[in-house]
Amino acid sequence: MSEATGVSGGPPAAADRPRTRPEAIKAVPLRHVWRWISAVVVLALAAALVGTIVTAPNLRWDVVGQYIFGGLILQGALLTVELTVIAMAIGIVLGVVLAVMRLSPNPVVSSVSWFYIWFFRGTPVLVQVFFWYNLNAVLPHIGIGLPFTSIGVQASTNSLISPLLAVILGLGLNEAAYMAEIVRAGIISVEHGQTEAAMALGMRRLQVMRRIVLPQAMRVIIPPTGNETISMLKTTSLAFIAAVPELFTRAEQIASSNFDIIELLIVASIWYLFMTSILTIGQYYIERHYARGSQRALPPTPLQRFRRMLFTFHAPPPIVEGVEAPASLQHGGGR
Amino acid sequence: MVKAEGVHKRFGRLEVLRGIDLEVAPREVVCIIGPSGGGKSTFLRCINHLEKIDAGRLSVDGELVGYRQQGDKLYELPDSEVCTKRSEIGMVFQRFNLFPHMTALENVVEAPLRVKRQPKAEVIPRARTLLERVGLSDKIDAYPNQLSGGQQQRVAIARALAMQPKLMLFDEPTSALDPELVGEVLDVMRGLAEDGMTMVVVTHEMGFAREVANRAVFMDGGVVVEEGEPRAFFASPQHARTKQFLSKIL
Ligand SMILES: Nc1ncnc2c1ncn2[C@@H]1O[C@H](COP(=O)(O)OP(=O)(O)OP(=O)(O)O)[C@@H](O)[C@H]1O
Ligand SMILES: [Mg+2]
Repeated sequence: MSEATGVSGGPPAAADRPRTRPEAIKAVPLRHVWRWISAVVVLALAAALVGTIVTAPNLRWDVVGQYIFGGLILQGALLTVELTVIAMAIGIVLGVVLAVMRLSPNPVVSSVSWFYIWFFRGTPVLVQVFFWYNLNAVLPHIGIGLPFTSIGVQASTNSLISPLLAVILGLGLNEAAYMAEIVRAGIISVEHGQTEAAMALGMRRLQVMRRIVLPQAMRVIIPPTGNETISMLKTTSLAFIAAVPELFTRAEQIASSNFDIIELLIVASIWYLFMTSILTIGQYYIERHYARGSQRALPPTPLQRFRRMLFTFHAPPPIVEGVEAPASLQHGGGR
Repeated sequence: MVKAEGVHKRFGRLEVLRGIDLEVAPREVVCIIGPSGGGKSTFLRCINHLEKIDAGRLSVDGELVGYRQQGDKLYELPDSEVCTKRSEIGMVFQRFNLFPHMTALENVVEAPLRVKRQPKAEVIPRARTLLERVGLSDKIDAYPNQLSGGQQQRVAIARALAMQPKLMLFDEPTSALDPELVGEVLDVMRGLAEDGMTMVVVTHEMGFAREVANRAVFMDGGVVVEEGEPRAFFASPQHARTKQFLSKIL
């Protein structure tokens, strides 16, 4: 006991103790030497890499600059976004339906869902897009009607399934199989007591699903869905095989006329990176929205986190309790 | 209000209920006690048709649970009718099971709005009154994880009452609570009993059973071993098994 405790004269009486506030800790912060060394190494490597690319003798940055906001590229990027939105919309809606069907007590309904997922997850998406695109080769006419009768309507496959629709079907139906598994994992993650309490109140099975289970499943569903959306944004480049002019097709078409292949790939990549970045930010805010009721305080926004990091430079950044999905759900873009 | 005759229920090869006979009159409060695994929760769940019974007869308010009788044949009720019947019975769980993504008020109004399709203008004031009655008028907009266990359980009671049930089932409503929170929940239940609600309460709160219940029932091994007026029941149990059980918990 010395001056440092801030108590003057004699040992404090027991009754006094609660009143004297202990001095704030002033310790020399731990120096993270390896952090600094590794940062320097990484920066040096990155600089070397960027330098190599930027100064590559035959890389014409002026071409990149010329095309990055070019009309055709912008149209392509827009179509990429549209394809992503439509395919994901189909995937999510159909995925939720399939997931609920999969968990249905009705064995017919649940096996239909099982079979769908088995089939569409078991074949490459490239093959599926190709399949829809070439369907007219084996099935020149499509129609609905009563089986074994001549009642019904028919139309030629080519007029029904345009290249654009073929891509949308291929991507959307495939995505539904993955989304179904993601949604199912989310539904299972909701504690059974919730269903029980809702049923005890007299809610019907579908009501329980829509009002009670799915909103809670969202916390588990959203992170991998964000992953899926980002993956889809890039997978839309498969539209190339159907000559649907989205971003990658446009870049390729331009490149095949002026032979600036790498330059146009860079243009496309910059756009893909830009759009996935936007999605990443969007995902963060949606996750934050659905964390409502599961955390006492909402997690900070990136801006708030950044500010806090600046003010507590030596301390490790605060750990935000995440709602990470199990790794098994994140199949990434490698299909 | 509730009438059980020889109710049997098995899970696979495990026979959990082996002939429950029990009658609960309107406005009566019946406390069920018994050792763990004795089938108390299962019996409550059968009353609400969350479980199907295998044999015997179980009726609520004079109507069979889950079936319709025509002549001497039983017909299974369609889902919609089972749901309607459930909506007339309130149930409170050991672990509250509040909906975590809804505020206290939203928890309470959910079923009246969605199940009974009552108008908002009627449901919301009633929900506020109920939350006030369970002493939570200042927690109306709180989410369940911002509430203590006792507060959550009181919201759960209000949620069940919002459906204006004719019967309330309580499955160990206080056994997940810290001792100092038990009292506030029991007070709410005592108030309910005084208002004449018919209640079946699985509990180990002997004090509550003695003061509030009209009847105490001891259940073990899937049967009702003994029942009686609470004071006499606790003071001088007749069966050896009851004596043994009571000596352990009193
Ligand atoms: N869905 C189920 N499937 C299989 N067995 C079950 C199921 N529900 C309950 N059981 C079994 O039935 C028996 C009775 O369970 P129950 O929950 O009714 O007991 P309890 O008297 O409420 O006990 P406790 O005081 O521990 O709550 C237990 O052995 C339990 O394992
Ligand atoms: Mg139990």
